[in-house]
Amino acid sequence: MHRDAERYKSFSRRATLLFGGKLLLLSGLTGRMYQLQILQGQKYKTLADENRISLKLIAPKRGRILDRFGRPMAINRQNYRVMLVPENTEDIEVSLLQLGKIIPISAQDIVRAKRKLKRKRRFLPIMLRENLNWDDVAKIEVNSSELPGIEIDVGESRFYPAGAEAVSVLGYVSGVSEKELTGDPILELPGFRIGKAGIEKAFDLNLRGKSGTTQVEVNAFGRQIRELERREGQPGAETFLTIDMELQKFVAKLLGNEAASAVVMDVHTGEILALVSTPGFDPNSFNRGLSKAEWQALVSNPRSPLNNKAIAGEYAPGSTFKMVVALAALEKGVVTPKTKYRCSGELELGKSIFHCWKKGGHGYMSMVNAITQSCDIYFYEIALRTGIDNISAMARRLGLGQILDIELSGERKGLIPTRAWKKRVKRISWQKGETLLAGIGQGLILTTPLQLVVMMSRLVNGGKAVLPNLTLDLLENKGIPDSVIKPKFDRLGIDIPHLNLMKKAMGNVANSPVGTAYKARIRKPGLQYGGKTGTVQVRRISRAERESGVKKNEDLEWSERDHALFVGYAPVQSPRYAVSVVVEHGGGGSTIAAPIAKNILLEAQKRGWPRPKSLNRADLSQSTSLPTAKMEG
Amino acid sequence: MARSPFRQSNMSFGQRLWQVNWSFVLLICATASVGFVMLYSAANGSFDPWASRQMMRFAVGIFLMLIVAVVDIHVWLRYAYLIYILSLLLLLAVEFSGSVGMGARRWIDFGMFTIQPSEIMKMSLILILARYFYASRLEDVGRVSHVLAPVIFIVLPAFLIVRQPDLGTAVLLVASGITILFAVGVRIWMFVFGIVASIVAIIPLWQFVLRDYQKARLLTFLDPDKDPLGTGYHILQSKIALGSGGLFGKGFLAGSQSHLNFLPEKQTDFIFTMLAEEFGLVGGVALITLYTLLLIYAFVISLRCRSQFGRLIGIGVSTSFFLNVFVNIAMVMGVVPVVGMPLPLVSYGGTAMLTLMFGFGLLLCVCTHRDVPIGPGAADG
Repeated sequence: MHRDAERYKSFSRRATLLFGGKLLLLSGLTGRMYQLQILQGQKYKTLADENRISLKLIAPKRGRILDRFGRPMAINRQNYRVMLVPENTEDIEVSLLQLGKIIPISAQDIVRAKRKLKRKRRFLPIMLRENLNWDDVAKIEVNSSELPGIEIDVGESRFYPAGAEAVSVLGYVSGVSEKELTGDPILELPGFRIGKAGIEKAFDLNLRGKSGTTQVEVNAFGRQIRELERREGQPGAETFLTIDMELQKFVAKLLGNEAASAVVMDVHTGEILALVSTPGFDPNSFNRGLSKAEWQALVSNPRSPLNNKAIAGEYAPGSTFKMVVALAALEKGVVTPKTKYRCSGELELGKSIFHCWKKGGHGYMSMVNAITQSCDIYFYEIALRTGIDNISAMARRLGLGQILDIELSGERKGLIPTRAWKKRVKRISWQKGETLLAGIGQGLILTTPLQLVVMMSRLVNGGKAVLPNLTLDLLENKGIPDSVIKPKFDRLGIDIPHLNLMKKAMGNVANSPVGTAYKARIRKPGLQYGGKTGTVQVRRISRAERESGVKKNEDLEWSERDHALFVGYAPVQSPRYAVSVVVEHGGGGSTIAAPIAKNILLEAQKRGWPRPKSLNRADLSQSTSLPTAKMEG
Repeated sequence: MARSPFRQSNMSFGQRLWQVNWSFVLLICATASVGFVMLYSAANGSFDPWASRQMMRFAVGIFLMLIVAVVDIHVWLRYAYLIYILSLLLLLAVEFSGSVGMGARRWIDFGMFTIQPSEIMKMSLILILARYFYASRLEDVGRVSHVLAPVIFIVLPAFLIVRQPDLGTAVLLVASGITILFAVGVRIWMFVFGIVASIVAIIPLWQFVLRDYQKARLLTFLDPDKDPLGTGYHILQSKIALGSGGLFGKGFLAGSQSHLNFLPEKQTDFIFTMLAEEFGLVGGVALITLYTLLLIYAFVISLRCRSQFGRLIGIGVSTSFFLNVFVNIAMVMGVVPVVGMPLPLVSYGGTAMLTLMFGFGLLLCVCTHRDVPIGPGAADG
């Protein structure tokens, strides 16, 4: 007790000391207030009246996006906007009415402006309309005396020359929503745009740049009198894509208005040359602001234009999966290239009968023949012997069932099931019949077109674990001949003889008279391609239906028709380009998807070597310092 | 020794709630109301976007405070170490995954809300120091070996916070920690030694740890006219706005400097300037008086507490609160450098408000349990 008393004494002495110190400091603050407000009050009052320098932010120029040859894919155009500064007018209604007499202003614009009016501070300008033409600008300038609070402002707006054809890569920019405000004042600038999808979103911070400041002289009411000093901001960085814009447009036109997607990739470097998802939408319209009807049309379209099918569309790979199964079987040693199975058109497993697409069967099939003619029974047989876990492991090595980290948001993972996965997620054991279905790429398996093109590339590039990329790293590989570029990707450890066997079989698909894509072959010597067709059933065919005769695809509702798939590569002798094509509810892989792939591969080869030769170091430094410098390929 | 109802810690919930120092709570509400009024003005006479949200947060804060206040004080004793370790982990999480706002990594995003672990650390540090020293005798405290662990408790989070980088918060954290060391009776020569050691440590700190903008702020403070449109500009504008307020101010919603946007961040760091512009010296002194009353209450609460644990919490919370008030007001008047520090209870901000209310909760808890003996000294109770 004595000890505690001693301790308490020490404590209360020191605590009182501290408390006294606090009171002293607080009275010091009061003294300082007295000094500033009373003793020097007059001086600061004068300063306040003369306080005329106001700092304002200047929006930086958004960085351009260029294709691999330096052709502009996203640029900035001058944009005349009419603004309202609420505090500069006595009656906002009158100002708006007057303006409405001079240039057309929609009721929607007025509603939008009034909504902003409530939220923003009165000295901040509010945008009424943008993209004015010269006539309107001139009319407003002439009548400016009758338009208190109305100002013309020159801004920049984003423009995408390729419109809907490149939207699946570029994405779009749009106004900042309230949720996206981070406190960064740049986002509160009127008319400021940020990337909402695609490259525009992924590289938004790089493209945005740094804002500049301008010192303006204002009077005591905040009206701007003149500019005193201007510190320009830093324009956003220019971004070079691996895309070949002409090829991109070509592919988009080929796919037309189908619900389809296609990806073209360099099999060695992983550079994406084209990535298209159709139907697209015009990104320029998002920048200008969509009307409710336009938005409704986009959202309710059954072919879902807003969904980037190339990276987010998940489809059963169908027969395009057969190479995976074949490689897994060869690696496990359950078959040799010479092993043959007889295809009678159907296979019994337990109580069920599984069918080959060809009624009556293919007869005795070896591996190469089975791929060339896409025999299902052969793959049922080897899938059963290989086992689902071995098949899935091979699928993963080839790039399926995983996020590939392309520089676009919204990439989906697909699904490559294993026994353990099914047990964990579905809580039931794996069934043999499911392995059988997996043998022909159906059942639970899901892949994206991006994954399929990576799979195709890995099959034909000598078994390297190539990954897709969309932006050109200009500091490396610039103008250096291809032969010098070292392969950056590790080997997957798949036997080269096995891969050569796959190439032989896929070459036959489009070049042997029995191949499923023979009708869509390229005849020009040296430009031939190889690949694999795939047709994916969307609905189950019942036994009764099979007996009464399966309906033809054309007789079905659109949403019940088969998906058409093709994965391909060219040229057959020394593969350089890989392509994947998926046409939702398009019909057969060999009749619908193969001809599209053929045209894409022919065009890609005709367009010649896709490496940008003109972009050397000098060009690069010029392009960053002078954003408007011409960069013609 | 007379048996007081506060001797026991087994009071019922209702009893405890009844024992809460309600006049202190009223004082807190009055101070927070000053904030609501100023936030209403900062938004040009609108509850949206700041005042309404601040009121909601304050309501949550009061609720939190009352809960903390009625919890048995032994709970805080028992979990002091755990709370500190969790706070330290959160700080580490910021280091690795925090979201970057305005060039600094200070927040953790939980999707629904974000938190600022450096704020939480303020109270955790007080708890752990009070816990560490609650049974220490004066002789113990005299030994260097006994003071080593608490110094580590202080330096570890401070280092992490400097790296965020948030120099202001780190300095305040160290200062409030040192105050507790002072209050438990650490010898004066140890503080002298500490100061010398820190000066030696500052040289590498200046060269390697401080970011350029932090150096710039300190340098501008020493010579504000050098850079009139950089950091010094804010101080100058703040002084003009404040000074032009005069004795009675320009009137509610009529602060021309604040409303013409000459004043940066008027809803957070510079809210005192706006108050002083619109309500003059009278308004400013009124708010300082409210703060002083709160400090007096805190002082009395810690002096009247029978357990060392409670006393140390009292000193810790009131000092941390005082430092925040002082640094903010001194900053806007150009007495200390611009460090980006909100004004407690008044500035707009979530985590800072909740942390402070948690602290006040602890203070009320100490008040409620002022006669409950804790630790070895309580063997007779």
